Amino acid sequence: MAVDARATAPRVRPEQAERQQARRRGLQALGLSGPGLFWLIVFFVLPFVFIVIFSFLTRGATGNVVWEFTLGNYARLFTDSVFWQVFLRSIWYGLLTTVGCLLLGYPMALFIALSPPRWRTLLIFLILIPFWTNFLVRTYAWMVILNNNGLINTILDSLGFAKLTLMNTQGAVMLGLIYGELPFMVLPLYASLDRFDFTLIEAAQDLGANKWRSFLRVMLPLTMPGIAAGSVLVFIPTVGQFVVSDLLGGAKVALLGNLLQQQFKAAQNWPLGSAIAVVCMAVLTVAVILYFRSSNEEDR
Amino acid sequence: MSDSHDIELRDVVKEFGEVRAVDHVSMQIKDGEFFSMLGPSGCGKTTCLRMIAGFELPSAGDVLIKGKSMGATPPYRRNVNTVFQSYALFPHMSVAENIAFGLQMRKVPKAEIAERVKEGLALVRLEKFGDRKPRQLSGGQQQRVALARALVNHPDVLLLDEPLGALDQKLRKEMQFELKSLQERVGITFIFVTHDQEEALTMSDRIAVMSHGKVLQIGSPTEIYERPNCRFVADFIGETNFINGTIRQLENSYALVETKLGNKVRGFLPRPLPLGAEVTVSIRPEKARLSVDDGHVVDNINCYPVTVERVAYIGSDTRILVRANGADRDFSVWEPNTRSTLDREEYWQRGDAGFLTWPAENALVLAD
Repeated sequence: MAVDARATAPRVRPEQAERQQARRRGLQALGLSGPGLFWLIVFFVLPFVFIVIFSFLTRGATGNVVWEFTLGNYARLFTDSVFWQVFLRSIWYGLLTTVGCLLLGYPMALFIALSPPRWRTLLIFLILIPFWTNFLVRTYAWMVILNNNGLINTILDSLGFAKLTLMNTQGAVMLGLIYGELPFMVLPLYASLDRFDFTLIEAAQDLGANKWRSFLRVMLPLTMPGIAAGSVLVFIPTVGQFVVSDLLGGAKVALLGNLLQQQFKAAQNWPLGSAIAVVCMAVLTVAVILYFRSSNEEDR
Repeated sequence: MSDSHDIELRDVVKEFGEVRAVDHVSMQIKDGEFFSMLGPSGCGKTTCLRMIAGFELPSAGDVLIKGKSMGATPPYRRNVNTVFQSYALFPHMSVAENIAFGLQMRKVPKAEIAERVKEGLALVRLEKFGDRKPRQLSGGQQQRVALARALVNHPDVLLLDEPLGALDQKLRKEMQFELKSLQERVGITFIFVTHDQEEALTMSDRIAVMSHGKVLQIGSPTEIYERPNCRFVADFIGETNFINGTIRQLENSYALVETKLGNKVRGFLPRPLPLGAEVTVSIRPEKARLSVDDGHVVDNINCYPVTVERVAYIGSDTRILVRANGADRDFSVWEPNTRSTLDREEYWQRGDAGFLTWPAENALVLAD
């Protein structure tokens, strides 16, 4: 039938046909991406545009936003040492959480990938189970465990040991962050390891590489896309966290998320909050682009 | 006589849980030999290879390389290299980096690595492909990279796990000869695992035929094909016709067998068998003749009156399926097309009557 159609169709110049085809493809692409695009524009691009506009406006006396252009918000950020402290701390916590999740998550993902197929689904399911419960509730659960009269201290006390200060420490915040973000590291790593051809490890060992070296030279570089994806998924939300630092860190360990929340709610300074959000976003975007570029090169 | 053994398997057993994959296998592979392990899938050949490489450890018995017991030596401490069925080239490294990998792991000086990588590329005629990534190469080229990557390490023995399996027919034939000539040039012992009998026959100095974890026969290609020691080997290597029967008479290394079809067959006994033994007589299709007269045989020994059922002209031969008259039994016989002609009359036709005959030395009497 296709042959018949070509035989009877009016002769079309090849370039013309090509152009028609390109137009058709373009329409098709628009049709497919349309709904998602609409969603992004309404719920992401527009709000972000508002944020950017707000960041150049002035705070009114009652916490309202006054339409008066100023660079003052940014000037304040770049000179305020508190902001930079929180910013650097957030980045630092983000990095620590990412490394922690990577060190814990890689062996987990590897274990799942090496399990018999019928176990894998169950293990992945177990990784996902915490999502059935709200994150806030799970963080409260940690408070119950770490509290001065919490589970751990009750046990220590009954065994005759001294109680430990676990709550409202940096350690508690790190614990909460790693706990919360771990699945986001494990899942992309598992996806990567699941596709990994383990014969390559045998090949490396066959060529004289011991286990550690075959991991470093073969498995690690080939699962880099999973590491990159997992790291980004962990790093970015961590930097913006405020629940964990609030509940497990007390008021002591403020992260960017806390600062933002504070500006938008307690301090009623939307323009300054917006400026913080814009700077964070800019810095993180650049960091992520750089990261992906380096990891893609590895893959290529 | 310096019949030094490069590799020896001593009464090796390998069990995976309940399953015994390798069942008391012993074999000795000579220095510089092209040795094949041949058998259907699941016969234990790949497991044997993996035990030599060190990926699996024997449940009992021992693997010796150059006379040294391997025990639990890990793969990276054995001077043995493998060409994997899937090639297992490192996709993130260039061809040259792949080939250099083994040398780097063995801490060979940089200058020497460069030299040997160059040699390796030349050995497999891929001099211009050093900078390519494996996925930019064809299947045959990837195969050659895998060979070079293993051979640059100058292993005591090269293990090849069905390396030609993924190639198309034509390339496969080419690679068979290339592998053989490569082996002769480098002089390294090759142990080749395959389920393809033609591959094994073409390349090997010796073949071990395996089934259900056991070695059934070890011998040269001609020994394996012409003097199989059991029904399985005769069946697995090449094509053959089987006739079941009982030994009624023994004379030197020949036996007279009374067949289930009611006549008598005189055949050669590759291994002595007792009078009255239930046997299978194997007659290769190219070793029987289809003729118009019975050749004046006595008592119908080694002769069946037959009718032609099907004729397949395949160029070099005419492959004919005949049916024994008065019996529900087909035989295949291959007649070489020795004369060039278009005359249909010169070839056998369906329905033609004839006699299937063969000399006694072409019928092998085998234990069931």
